[in-house]
Amino acid sequence: MNTYEELIKKTAVEDERYVVMTAENRAIVRSLPPILKERFIDTGITEQTMVGAAAGLALRGRIPIIHALATFLTMRAFEFIRTDVGIANLPVKLSSFVPGFLSDGNGPTHQAIEDVSILRGIPGMQVFCPADNEDMLAMLPTIWASPHPSYVRINTRPATNFKHDPNFEIGKAEVVSKGTDITILVYGMLFEQALIAKDLLEKDGLSVGLINMRSLKPVDEKAILDAAENSSTLVTLEDHFKIGGLYTIVGEVFLKHKVMTNVVPLALDEHWYRPGLLSEVLEYEGFTGAKIAGRIQKAVLVQS
Amino acid sequence: MNKEKNMELRELALRVREHIVRLSTDGGCFIGASLSCTDLVVYLYSEFLNVNKDNLDDPNRDYLFLSKGHDVPALYGTFVEIGFLEKDRLKNHLKSNDHLYWHPNTNIPGIEFHSGSLGHLPSVALGVAMDCRMRGQTNQIIVITGDGELNEGSVWETILVASAYKMSNLTFVVDRNQFQANIRTEELIPLESLEDKFSAFGCNVKRIDGHDFYALDETFKGLPFSNDKPNVIICDTVRGKGLPSIEEQALRWFCNFTHEEVDGLIKELHGVEKAIITSEKLVVR
Repeated sequence: MNTYEELIKKTAVEDERYVVMTAENRAIVRSLPPILKERFIDTGITEQTMVGAAAGLALRGRIPIIHALATFLTMRAFEFIRTDVGIANLPVKLSSFVPGFLSDGNGPTHQAIEDVSILRGIPGMQVFCPADNEDMLAMLPTIWASPHPSYVRINTRPATNFKHDPNFEIGKAEVVSKGTDITILVYGMLFEQALIAKDLLEKDGLSVGLINMRSLKPVDEKAILDAAENSSTLVTLEDHFKIGGLYTIVGEVFLKHKVMTNVVPLALDEHWYRPGLLSEVLEYEGFTGAKIAGRIQKAVLVQS
Repeated sequence: MNKEKNMELRELALRVREHIVRLSTDGGCFIGASLSCTDLVVYLYSEFLNVNKDNLDDPNRDYLFLSKGHDVPALYGTFVEIGFLEKDRLKNHLKSNDHLYWHPNTNIPGIEFHSGSLGHLPSVALGVAMDCRMRGQTNQIIVITGDGELNEGSVWETILVASAYKMSNLTFVVDRNQFQANIRTEELIPLESLEDKFSAFGCNVKRIDGHDFYALDETFKGLPFSNDKPNVIICDTVRGKGLPSIEEQALRWFCNFTHEEVDGLIKELHGVEKAIITSEKLVVR
């Protein structure tokens, strides 16, 4: 199983409960219509209707996996997600395309950088952000089999040299390494850059931990608390507004457990990012591995 | 439908209206819209829908979705009369020991889905209708919307999709009572000609007097109107129907009457004498 499309095909072919829906975004489900027949439903450019209909299908025992661009799925249809899926706590599985930095050249209309914030506010909704294609394929079977509604930032970018733990558990982070100076908490496509940053910082003699926060809700409190205990400084790294994402989640965990420690937020602070090819975006906004390492160095210096 | 059945339904609707009037105090309710759809709801549950106390979990049952949720007193009253709900529970209206409040929720047996935010249940009903068809069922999926609710773009979005998918097992019923909140629809966002709008969106449309049981029976028993289009039934109704004191008055939408006024309105309902309403506490929500 190498692709999202192969996985969703296998899942839906083997289990009649699955229905695949899209609001006219077929890019990674293109081969499914003739295979799934009436269990493939394209509602056209109607995110609200797709989500409402998904709730209706789930009410009848189906498990709809629904697709649209991240901004339109989560924000155009937000009230339908909250009211029809959320209040009824139905197992509707949201798959969002081009979340965060992945909308690269589209411009701010397409930048879903508040999606984690608004989706995790819905009672019962689970939120997941895979680091890359391999991570995502390890996570999805468990997510789709769970009885809860869920939101997944689809990330089909190829895996790095790092081999992910295939044993995904909802609510569990993937601890890549432990470090006494710094621990980088990251989710989604920035995982790749975090690996580079970690290498660079280690070359400078720092002891660096890295955690893949693949499950943001429920979140792995223990992994965060352990990192706070073992490292002088934590870094939250995310392609998301600073408000409501991982930085906020970490803050909530620390408040709950009465922990006070150094946390450096690397996120989008009250601005939409400059559109361009992904490499350009990362460079301009300061999210390449090298830039991340530099920003962390600087922040640590200020603290010490 | 014969005369006896018509009389029986009229009497039943009168009892349901009495329940509704009794809910319009101690916090109140959206009485106007509840009274406009009472005959429709009474007809559907008594004569049309394959839904009863014993088949509420049967996947082959018919479905009714009340999308303009604030008229839920019409459901509460009907459910008491057909035995889904114990009459005593109406005393719990707006109390935290029960689940009877201003909008529908699935803690009440017979309510298929919660509503309150307008323009949602057309799409939820579409999903249910799609699944029923996938399973080869022949049951009917009915969704009642308000007329003001038709301002919501999501209604038309769903009708476009329902037409594209030729959902002939899905019927949109409009309680056309001419008002939205405290204003006439035609004075705010005119809707006419409604038949033309729904036809242009690819539906089979019929328009009837929503208080005429003969017309309701003849029309609903003709469903589906064809096998390749969604159905629309526009029911022309009177807001506040049955109470001349409040009928078609823009401000009589949400009402919270005194107990004395309720007693007077019950008498008015039974044609004894016109109620005297002095309460000026017109709560606008």
